[in-house]
Amino acid sequence: MQTHHLNTPLSKDDIRKLKIGDAAYISGTVYAARDAAHKRMMEALDAGEPLPADLAGQLIYYVGPAPAKPGQAIGSAGPTTAGRMDAYAPRLLELGLAGMIGKGNRSKAVMDSIRQNGCVYFAATGGAAALIARSIKKYTVLAWPELGPEAFAAMEVEDFPVIVVADCEGGDLYEEGRKQYAKG
Amino acid sequence: MREISFETIRDTVAALAIEACCRMPEPVLAAMRKAREEEPSPTGRDVLAQLLKNADIAASETCPICQDTGLAVVFAEVGQEVHITGGLFEDAVNAGIAKGYTEGYLRKSSVEEPLFERRNTRDNTPAIIHTKLVAGDRIELRLAPKGAGSENKGGLRMLVPADGIEGVKRAVLDIVSHAGASPCPPMVIGVGIGGNMELACLCAKRACARDVDTHNPDPRYAKLEDELLELVNGLGIGPAGLGGGTTAFKVNVEFCATHIACLPVAVNINCNAARHAHAVI
Repeated sequence: MQTHHLNTPLSKDDIRKLKIGDAAYISGTVYAARDAAHKRMMEALDAGEPLPADLAGQLIYYVGPAPAKPGQAIGSAGPTTAGRMDAYAPRLLELGLAGMIGKGNRSKAVMDSIRQNGCVYFAATGGAAALIARSIKKYTVLAWPELGPEAFAAMEVEDFPVIVVADCEGGDLYEEGRKQYAKG
Repeated sequence: MREISFETIRDTVAALAIEACCRMPEPVLAAMRKAREEEPSPTGRDVLAQLLKNADIAASETCPICQDTGLAVVFAEVGQEVHITGGLFEDAVNAGIAKGYTEGYLRKSSVEEPLFERRNTRDNTPAIIHTKLVAGDRIELRLAPKGAGSENKGGLRMLVPADGIEGVKRAVLDIVSHAGASPCPPMVIGVGIGGNMELACLCAKRACARDVDTHNPDPRYAKLEDELLELVNGLGIGPAGLGGGTTAFKVNVEFCATHIACLPVAVNINCNAARHAHAVI
Protein backbone atom coordinates (compact mmCIF):
# COMPACT_ATOMS: atom_id res chain seq x y z
CA MET A 1 0.00 0.00 0.00
CA GLN A 2 1.42 3.35 -1.09
CA THR A 3 0.62 6.94 -0.25
CA HIS A 4 0.19 9.42 -3.12
CA HIS A 5 0.03 13.21 -3.22
CA LEU A 6 -2.09 14.22 -6.20
CA ASN A 7 -2.92 17.53 -7.87
CA THR A 8 -6.01 17.94 -10.04
CA PRO A 9 -6.55 17.62 -12.96
CA LEU A 10 -5.22 14.05 -12.93
CA SER A 11 -3.27 12.62 -15.86
CA LYS A 12 -3.71 9.07 -17.13
CA ASP A 13 -0.23 8.46 -15.74
CA ASP A 14 -1.33 9.61 -12.25
CA ILE A 15 -4.30 7.24 -12.38
CA ARG A 16 -2.30 4.22 -13.56
CA LYS A 17 -0.14 4.41 -10.42
CA LEU A 18 -3.15 4.12 -8.08
CA LYS A 19 -3.93 0.68 -6.66
CA ILE A 20 -6.75 -0.35 -4.37
CA GLY A 21 -5.88 0.17 -0.72
CA ASP A 22 -3.50 3.07 -1.47
CA ALA A 23 -3.98 6.29 0.48
CA ALA A 24 -4.03 9.58 -1.42
CA TYR A 25 -4.05 13.26 -0.50
CA ILE A 26 -5.66 15.43 -3.15
CA SER A 27 -5.00 19.13 -3.74
CA GLY A 28 -6.48 21.54 -6.27
CA THR A 29 -10.04 21.93 -7.57
CA VAL A 30 -12.59 19.19 -6.93
CA TYR A 31 -16.21 19.55 -8.06
CA ALA A 32 -19.10 18.89 -5.67
CA ALA A 33 -22.25 17.31 -7.10
CA ARG A 34 -24.78 14.74 -5.93
CA ASP A 35 -28.25 13.48 -6.90
CA ALA A 36 -30.06 16.60 -8.10
CA ALA A 37 -26.99 18.21 -9.74
CA HIS A 38 -26.33 14.97 -11.66
CA LYS A 39 -29.92 14.95 -12.93
CA ARG A 40 -29.43 18.55 -14.11
CA MET A 41 -26.11 17.66 -15.80
CA MET A 42 -27.82 14.86 -17.74
CA GLU A 43 -30.59 17.25 -18.80
CA ALA A 44 -27.96 19.77 -19.97
CA LEU A 45 -26.15 17.08 -22.00
CA ASP A 46 -29.45 15.89 -23.51
CA ALA A 47 -30.24 19.47 -24.55
CA GLY A 48 -26.75 19.93 -26.03
CA GLU A 49 -25.88 22.57 -23.42
CA PRO A 50 -22.48 22.90 -21.69
CA LEU A 51 -21.87 21.54 -18.20
CA PRO A 52 -21.13 24.06 -15.40
CA ALA A 53 -17.40 23.16 -15.64
CA ASP A 54 -14.97 21.33 -17.92
CA LEU A 55 -14.70 17.91 -16.26
CA ALA A 56 -11.72 16.59 -18.28
CA GLY A 57 -9.25 14.99 -15.86
CA GLN A 58 -11.26 16.24 -12.89
CA LEU A 59 -12.86 14.60 -9.86
CA ILE A 60 -16.45 14.86 -8.67
CA TYR A 61 -16.99 14.63 -4.92
CA TYR A 62 -20.41 13.29 -3.96
CA VAL A 63 -21.25 15.67 -1.14
CA GLY A 64 -24.01 17.87 0.20
CA PRO A 65 -22.27 19.98 2.85
CA ALA A 66 -23.74 21.39 6.04
CA PRO A 67 -24.01 25.19 6.04
CA ALA A 68 -20.84 27.12 6.89
CA LYS A 69 -20.75 28.99 10.17
CA PRO A 70 -19.53 32.62 9.96
CA GLY A 71 -15.81 32.51 9.18
CA GLN A 72 -15.84 28.95 7.86
CA ALA A 73 -15.25 28.03 4.18
CA ILE A 74 -17.73 25.16 4.46
CA GLY A 75 -19.65 23.21 7.09
CA SER A 76 -19.14 19.50 7.74
CA ALA A 77 -18.67 17.82 4.37
CA GLY A 78 -18.32 14.02 4.34
CA PRO A 79 -19.08 11.75 1.38
CA THR A 80 -22.57 10.61 0.49
CA THR A 81 -23.54 7.15 -0.86
CA ALA A 82 -22.08 6.88 -4.37
CA GLY A 83 -24.44 4.14 -5.56
CA ARG A 84 -27.22 6.70 -6.03
CA MET A 85 -25.15 8.29 -8.81
CA ASP A 86 -24.51 4.97 -10.61
CA ALA A 87 -27.11 5.79 -13.26
CA TYR A 88 -25.19 8.93 -14.26
CA ALA A 89 -21.51 8.13 -13.68
CA PRO A 90 -20.61 6.14 -16.87
CA ARG A 91 -21.75 8.99 -19.14
CA LEU A 92 -19.49 11.47 -17.31
CA LEU A 93 -16.52 9.06 -17.28
CA GLU A 94 -16.88 8.66 -21.04
CA LEU A 95 -16.74 12.44 -21.38
CA GLY A 96 -13.35 12.51 -19.67
CA LEU A 97 -14.10 12.75 -15.94
CA ALA A 98 -11.09 11.19 -14.17
CA GLY A 99 -12.98 9.80 -11.22
CA MET A 100 -15.20 10.21 -8.23
CA ILE A 101 -14.95 10.52 -4.46
CA GLY A 102 -17.76 9.02 -2.40
CA LYS A 103 -18.57 6.02 -0.24
CA GLY A 104 -20.01 2.59 -0.86
CA ASN A 105 -20.14 -0.03 -3.57
CA ARG A 106 -20.76 0.81 -7.24
CA SER A 107 -22.79 -1.07 -9.84
CA LYS A 108 -21.15 -3.40 -12.34
CA ALA A 109 -21.80 -0.84 -15.10
CA VAL A 110 -19.84 1.82 -13.19
CA MET A 111 -17.00 -0.58 -12.32
CA ASP A 112 -16.76 -1.58 -16.01
CA SER A 113 -16.75 2.06 -17.07
CA ILE A 114 -13.98 2.89 -14.57
CA ARG A 115 -11.83 0.13 -16.06
CA GLN A 116 -12.66 0.82 -19.72
CA ASN A 117 -12.06 4.57 -19.43
CA GLY A 118 -8.99 4.32 -17.19
CA CYS A 119 -10.55 6.10 -14.22
CA VAL A 120 -10.51 5.84 -10.42
CA TYR A 121 -13.00 5.79 -7.55
CA PHE A 122 -11.84 7.04 -4.17
CA ALA A 123 -13.56 6.62 -0.80
CA ALA A 124 -13.53 9.37 1.78
CA THR A 125 -14.39 8.17 5.29
CA GLY A 126 -18.15 8.26 5.77
CA GLY A 127 -18.93 10.13 8.94
CA ALA A 128 -15.60 11.97 9.19
CA ALA A 129 -17.31 15.13 7.92
CA ALA A 130 -15.91 17.70 10.36
CA LEU A 131 -12.37 16.38 9.85
CA ILE A 132 -12.69 16.36 6.03
CA ALA A 133 -14.06 19.94 6.03
CA ARG A 134 -10.70 21.14 7.35
CA SER A 135 -9.06 20.20 4.03
CA ILE A 136 -11.61 22.24 2.01
CA LYS A 137 -10.38 25.82 1.76
CA LYS A 138 -12.97 27.35 -0.55
CA TYR A 139 -16.47 26.42 -1.71
CA THR A 140 -17.99 28.28 -4.68
CA VAL A 141 -21.40 27.44 -6.12
CA LEU A 142 -21.12 27.39 -9.92
CA ALA A 143 -24.65 26.33 -10.89
CA TRP A 144 -28.14 25.62 -9.60
CA PRO A 145 -27.95 27.49 -6.25
CA GLU A 146 -31.65 26.78 -5.72
CA LEU A 147 -30.67 23.17 -4.97
CA GLY A 148 -29.13 24.31 -1.67
CA PRO A 149 -26.69 21.65 -0.39
CA GLU A 150 -27.16 19.82 -3.72
CA ALA A 151 -25.88 22.71 -5.88
CA PHE A 152 -22.96 22.16 -8.29
CA ALA A 153 -19.87 23.72 -6.69
CA ALA A 154 -16.11 24.05 -7.08
CA MET A 155 -14.06 23.25 -3.98
CA GLU A 156 -10.43 24.20 -3.47
CA VAL A 157 -8.88 21.39 -1.41
CA GLU A 158 -5.52 20.80 0.24
CA ASP A 159 -4.43 17.28 1.17
CA PHE A 160 -7.98 15.95 1.04
CA PRO A 161 -7.66 12.38 2.49
CA VAL A 162 -9.00 9.45 0.45
CA ILE A 163 -8.43 5.74 -0.16
CA VAL A 164 -8.42 4.10 -3.61
CA VAL A 165 -11.38 1.69 -3.67
CA ALA A 166 -11.63 1.03 -7.43
CA ASP A 167 -8.61 1.28 -9.72
CA CYS A 168 -8.24 1.32 -13.52
CA GLU A 169 -7.35 -2.37 -13.59
CA GLY A 170 -10.71 -3.41 -12.18
CA GLY A 171 -9.65 -3.78 -8.54
CA ASP A 172 -12.46 -3.40 -5.98
CA LEU A 173 -11.38 -2.85 -2.37
CA TYR A 174 -14.93 -3.24 -1.03
CA GLU A 175 -14.98 -6.77 -2.42
CA GLU A 176 -11.36 -7.69 -1.68
CA GLY A 177 -11.31 -6.21 1.83
CA ARG A 178 -14.47 -7.99 2.79
CA LYS A 179 -13.26 -11.32 1.40
CA GLN A 180 -10.05 -11.02 3.39
CA TYR A 181 -11.83 -10.61 6.74
CA ALA A 182 -15.00 -12.68 6.24
CA LYS A 183 -15.40 -15.76 8.44
CA GLY A 184 -16.90 -19.01 7.24
CA MET B 1 -52.21 19.46 36.04
CA ARG B 2 -48.68 20.71 35.47
CA GLU B 3 -48.36 23.37 32.79
CA ILE B 4 -45.56 23.17 30.21
CA SER B 5 -45.33 25.94 27.63
CA PHE B 6 -44.93 25.73 23.86
CA GLU B 7 -41.68 27.71 24.21
CA THR B 8 -40.19 25.28 26.75
CA ILE B 9 -40.82 22.34 24.45
CA ARG B 10 -39.52 24.25 21.41
CA ASP B 11 -36.30 25.31 23.13
CA THR B 12 -35.66 21.85 24.57
CA VAL B 13 -36.05 20.25 21.14
CA ALA B 14 -33.78 22.89 19.55
CA ALA B 15 -31.03 22.16 22.10
CA LEU B 16 -31.46 18.39 21.59
CA ALA B 17 -31.07 18.78 17.81
CA ILE B 18 -27.71 20.51 18.20
CA GLU B 19 -26.52 18.11 20.89
CA ALA B 20 -27.50 15.00 18.92
CA CYS B 21 -25.87 16.20 15.69
CA CYS B 22 -22.63 17.51 17.22
CA ARG B 23 -21.87 15.26 20.16
CA MET B 24 -21.33 11.53 19.72
CA PRO B 25 -23.01 9.57 22.55
CA GLU B 26 -20.42 8.53 25.20
CA PRO B 27 -21.20 4.77 24.92
CA VAL B 28 -20.54 4.96 21.15
CA LEU B 29 -17.21 6.72 21.76
CA ALA B 30 -16.25 3.99 24.23
CA ALA B 31 -17.19 1.27 21.72
CA MET B 32 -15.17 3.04 19.03
CA ARG B 33 -12.06 3.33 21.23
CA LYS B 34 -12.31 -0.36 22.11
CA ALA B 35 -12.75 -1.30 18.44
CA ARG B 36 -9.65 0.68 17.48
CA GLU B 37 -7.65 -1.46 19.89
CA GLU B 38 -9.11 -4.74 18.67
CA GLU B 39 -9.67 -4.21 14.93
CA PRO B 40 -7.43 -6.59 12.92
CA SER B 41 -7.32 -4.49 9.72
CA PRO B 42 -4.74 -1.65 9.64
CA THR B 43 -6.95 0.35 7.25
CA GLY B 44 -9.86 -0.30 9.63
CA ARG B 45 -7.84 1.05 12.56
CA ASP B 46 -7.00 4.19 10.53
CA VAL B 47 -10.68 4.71 9.76
CA LEU B 48 -11.60 4.37 13.45
CA ALA B 49 -8.85 6.83 14.40
CA GLN B 50 -10.25 9.32 11.85
CA LEU B 51 -13.75 8.90 13.25
CA LEU B 52 -12.53 9.49 16.82
CA LYS B 53 -10.64 12.61 15.74
CA ASN B 54 -13.75 13.76 13.86
CA ALA B 55 -15.94 13.29 16.96
CA ASP B 56 -13.47 15.34 18.94
CA ILE B 57 -13.51 18.21 16.41
CA ALA B 58 -17.31 18.14 16.20
CA ALA B 59 -17.75 18.27 19.98
CA SER B 60 -15.16 20.98 20.60
CA GLU B 61 -16.38 23.23 17.76
CA THR B 62 -20.09 22.34 18.09
CA CYS B 63 -20.28 21.45 14.40
CA PRO B 64 -22.08 18.42 12.97
CA ILE B 65 -20.35 15.03 13.22
CA CYS B 66 -21.76 14.27 9.77
CA GLN B 67 -23.08 16.68 7.14
CA ASP B 68 -26.20 14.54 6.80
CA THR B 69 -28.00 15.71 9.90
CA GLY B 70 -30.91 13.61 8.78
CA LEU B 71 -34.64 13.56 9.18
CA ALA B 72 -35.48 14.42 12.79
CA VAL B 73 -37.07 11.44 14.50
CA VAL B 74 -38.58 12.26 17.89
CA PHE B 75 -39.80 9.73 20.45
CA ALA B 76 -41.98 11.57 22.96
CA GLU B 77 -43.51 10.25 26.17
CA VAL B 78 -46.07 12.75 27.39
CA GLY B 79 -47.43 12.47 30.93
CA GLN B 80 -51.23 12.49 31.11
CA GLU B 81 -51.07 15.13 33.83
CA VAL B 82 -49.33 17.65 31.59
CA HIS B 83 -51.24 20.60 30.18
CA ILE B 84 -49.44 22.13 27.19
CA THR B 85 -50.02 25.88 26.93
CA GLY B 86 -49.57 28.32 24.06
CA GLY B 87 -49.96 25.91 21.15
CA LEU B 88 -50.06 22.33 19.95
CA PHE B 89 -47.44 19.78 21.05
CA GLU B 90 -46.44 18.77 17.51
CA ASP B 91 -46.15 22.41 16.42
CA ALA B 92 -43.82 23.04 19.38
CA VAL B 93 -41.61 20.07 18.41
CA ASN B 94 -41.46 21.24 14.79
CA ALA B 95 -40.69 24.81 15.87
CA GLY B 96 -37.82 23.37 17.92
CA ILE B 97 -36.47 21.39 14.98
CA ALA B 98 -36.59 24.49 12.74
CA LYS B 99 -34.84 26.58 15.42
CA GLY B 100 -32.16 23.99 16.21
CA TYR B 101 -31.35 23.19 12.59
CA THR B 102 -31.20 26.89 11.64
CA GLU B 103 -29.30 28.27 14.63
CA GLY B 104 -27.00 25.22 14.80
CA TYR B 105 -25.96 25.42 11.11
CA LEU B 106 -27.26 21.89 10.58
CA ARG B 107 -28.13 20.71 7.07
CA LYS B 108 -31.77 20.86 6.03
CA SER B 109 -32.48 17.57 4.27
CA SER B 110 -36.27 17.36 4.26
CA VAL B 111 -38.28 17.59 1.02
CA GLU B 112 -42.00 18.30 1.25
CA GLU B 113 -43.17 15.65 -1.23
CA PRO B 114 -41.28 12.56 -2.43
CA LEU B 115 -41.98 12.12 -6.13
CA PHE B 116 -42.58 15.18 -8.30
CA GLU B 117 -40.99 18.47 -7.16
CA ARG B 118 -39.04 17.23 -4.10
CA ARG B 119 -38.89 20.83 -2.84
CA ASN B 120 -36.71 21.34 0.26
CA THR B 121 -38.72 22.66 3.22
CA ARG B 122 -35.64 24.70 4.22
CA ASP B 123 -35.97 24.20 7.99
CA ASN B 124 -35.77 20.38 8.21
CA THR B 125 -39.41 20.07 9.27
CA PRO B 126 -41.59 18.13 9.51
CA ALA B 127 -40.12 15.97 12.25
CA ILE B 128 -41.26 12.36 12.44
CA ILE B 129 -42.91 12.28 15.84
CA HIS B 130 -43.89 9.14 17.77
CA THR B 131 -45.94 10.14 20.82
CA LYS B 132 -46.95 7.88 23.67
CA LEU B 133 -49.19 8.93 26.55
CA VAL B 134 -47.79 7.81 29.89
CA ALA B 135 -48.46 8.31 33.60
CA GLY B 136 -47.10 11.39 35.38
CA ASP B 137 -46.57 15.09 34.77
CA ARG B 138 -43.39 15.11 32.71
CA ILE B 139 -42.48 15.06 29.02
CA GLU B 140 -39.59 12.84 27.99
CA LEU B 141 -38.03 13.50 24.60
CA ARG B 142 -35.55 11.39 22.66
CA LEU B 143 -34.31 12.85 19.39
CA ALA B 144 -32.63 10.50 16.93
CA PRO B 145 -31.64 12.28 13.70
CA LYS B 146 -31.20 9.74 10.92
CA GLY B 147 -29.25 10.18 7.72
CA ALA B 148 -30.17 8.55 4.43
CA GLY B 149 -27.00 6.50 3.92
CA SER B 150 -28.08 4.21 6.71
CA GLU B 151 -31.86 4.66 6.54
CA ASN B 152 -31.95 3.59 2.87
CA LYS B 153 -30.36 0.25 3.78
CA GLY B 154 -32.95 -1.00 6.26
CA GLY B 155 -35.42 -3.73 5.45
CA LEU B 156 -38.46 -5.70 6.49
CA ARG B 157 -39.11 -9.42 6.10
CA MET B 158 -42.54 -10.86 6.78
CA LEU B 159 -41.42 -14.27 8.03
CA VAL B 160 -43.71 -17.03 9.29
CA PRO B 161 -43.43 -18.80 12.67
CA ALA B 162 -41.79 -21.88 11.08
CA ASP B 163 -38.81 -19.70 10.05
CA GLY B 164 -37.94 -19.39 13.76
CA ILE B 165 -34.71 -18.06 15.23
CA GLU B 166 -32.63 -19.25 12.27
CA GLY B 167 -34.95 -17.41 9.88
CA VAL B 168 -34.54 -14.22 11.91
CA LYS B 169 -30.75 -14.56 11.82
CA ARG B 170 -30.75 -15.14 8.05
CA ALA B 171 -32.96 -12.08 7.50
CA VAL B 172 -30.69 -9.82 9.57
CA LEU B 173 -27.52 -11.10 7.89
CA ASP B 174 -29.03 -10.74 4.44
CA ILE B 175 -30.07 -7.12 5.01
CA VAL B 176 -26.73 -6.13 6.62
CA SER B 177 -24.74 -7.95 3.93
CA HIS B 178 -26.53 -6.05 1.17
CA ALA B 179 -26.07 -2.76 3.03
CA GLY B 180 -22.27 -3.20 2.75
CA ALA B 181 -20.28 0.01 3.03
CA SER B 182 -23.13 2.48 2.46
CA PRO B 183 -24.45 2.94 6.03
CA CYS B 184 -20.96 4.04 7.24
CA PRO B 185 -19.93 1.02 9.32
CA PRO B 186 -19.22 0.19 12.11
CA MET B 187 -23.01 0.21 12.33
CA VAL B 188 -25.45 0.05 15.20
CA ILE B 189 -28.19 -2.33 14.11
CA GLY B 190 -31.76 -2.12 15.42
CA VAL B 191 -33.86 -5.26 15.01
CA GLY B 192 -37.61 -5.27 15.66
CA ILE B 193 -39.27 -8.67 15.94
CA GLY B 194 -43.00 -9.27 16.18
CA GLY B 195 -46.03 -6.98 16.04
CA ASN B 196 -47.30 -6.37 12.53
CA MET B 197 -45.69 -4.66 9.55
CA GLU B 198 -45.58 -1.12 10.94
CA LEU B 199 -44.95 -2.06 14.57
CA ALA B 200 -41.93 -4.23 13.69
CA CYS B 201 -40.42 -1.22 11.87
CA LEU B 202 -41.10 1.07 14.83
CA CYS B 203 -39.52 -1.46 17.20
CA ALA B 204 -36.43 -1.60 14.99
CA LYS B 205 -36.13 2.19 15.06
CA ARG B 206 -36.50 2.26 18.84
CA ALA B 207 -33.83 -0.44 19.06
CA CYS B 208 -31.33 1.54 17.03
CA ALA B 209 -31.89 4.63 19.21
CA ARG B 210 -31.05 2.60 22.34
CA ASP B 211 -27.57 3.00 23.83
CA VAL B 212 -24.90 0.53 22.69
CA ASP B 213 -23.94 -0.38 26.27
CA THR B 214 -27.39 -1.83 27.03
CA HIS B 215 -28.97 -5.24 26.44
CA ASN B 216 -32.57 -6.31 26.06
CA PRO B 217 -33.85 -7.03 29.61
CA ASP B 218 -35.12 -10.46 28.49
CA PRO B 219 -32.06 -12.76 28.69
CA ARG B 220 -33.14 -14.80 25.64
CA TYR B 221 -33.24 -11.69 23.47
CA ALA B 222 -30.04 -10.36 25.09
CA LYS B 223 -28.30 -13.58 24.02
CA LEU B 224 -29.74 -13.19 20.52
CA GLU B 225 -28.25 -9.67 20.38
CA ASP B 226 -24.77 -11.08 21.09
CA GLU B 227 -25.17 -13.96 18.63
CA LEU B 228 -26.31 -11.59 15.89
CA LEU B 229 -23.36 -9.26 16.58
CA GLU B 230 -20.90 -12.11 16.18
CA LEU B 231 -22.52 -13.22 12.91
CA VAL B 232 -22.61 -9.68 11.54
CA ASN B 233 -18.96 -9.09 12.41
CA GLY B 234 -18.13 -12.32 10.60
CA LEU B 235 -19.29 -10.73 7.32
CA GLY B 236 -15.93 -8.94 7.09
CA ILE B 237 -17.42 -5.59 5.94
CA GLY B 238 -15.35 -3.71 8.53
CA PRO B 239 -14.89 0.01 9.27
CA ALA B 240 -16.02 2.14 6.29
CA GLY B 241 -16.69 -1.14 4.46
CA LEU B 242 -13.01 -1.53 3.54
CA GLY B 243 -12.73 -4.94 5.19
CA GLY B 244 -12.25 -5.82 8.85
CA GLY B 245 -13.62 -7.35 11.98
CA THR B 246 -15.75 -4.46 13.24
CA THR B 247 -18.82 -4.30 11.01
CA ALA B 248 -21.10 -3.33 13.92
CA PHE B 249 -20.62 -2.06 17.46
CA LYS B 250 -23.89 -3.52 18.67
CA VAL B 251 -27.09 -5.25 17.59
CA ASN B 252 -30.08 -4.11 19.67
CA VAL B 253 -33.22 -6.24 19.56
CA GLU B 254 -36.71 -5.15 20.62
CA PHE B 255 -39.74 -7.41 20.42
CA CYS B 256 -43.49 -7.18 20.84
CA ALA B 257 -46.59 -9.38 20.77
CA THR B 258 -47.62 -10.70 17.39
CA HIS B 259 -50.27 -12.72 15.53
CA ILE B 260 -50.32 -16.54 15.72
CA ALA B 261 -49.36 -16.65 12.03
CA CYS B 262 -46.81 -13.79 11.93
CA LEU B 263 -43.07 -13.35 12.48
CA PRO B 264 -42.18 -9.94 11.07
CA VAL B 265 -38.52 -8.89 11.31
CA ALA B 266 -37.47 -5.31 10.67
CA VAL B 267 -33.87 -4.15 10.52
CA ASN B 268 -33.02 -0.47 10.90
CA ILE B 269 -29.33 0.28 10.47
CA ASN B 270 -27.69 3.24 12.15
CA CYS B 271 -24.33 4.71 11.11
CA ASN B 272 -21.23 4.71 13.31
CA ALA B 273 -22.29 7.90 15.12
CA ALA B 274 -25.61 6.34 16.27
CA ARG B 275 -26.82 9.86 17.07
CA HIS B 276 -29.41 10.47 19.72
CA ALA B 277 -30.00 12.83 22.61
CA HIS B 278 -32.44 12.74 25.49
CA ALA B 279 -34.15 15.25 27.79
CA VAL B 280 -36.88 15.29 30.44
CA ILE B 281 -39.05 18.36 30.97
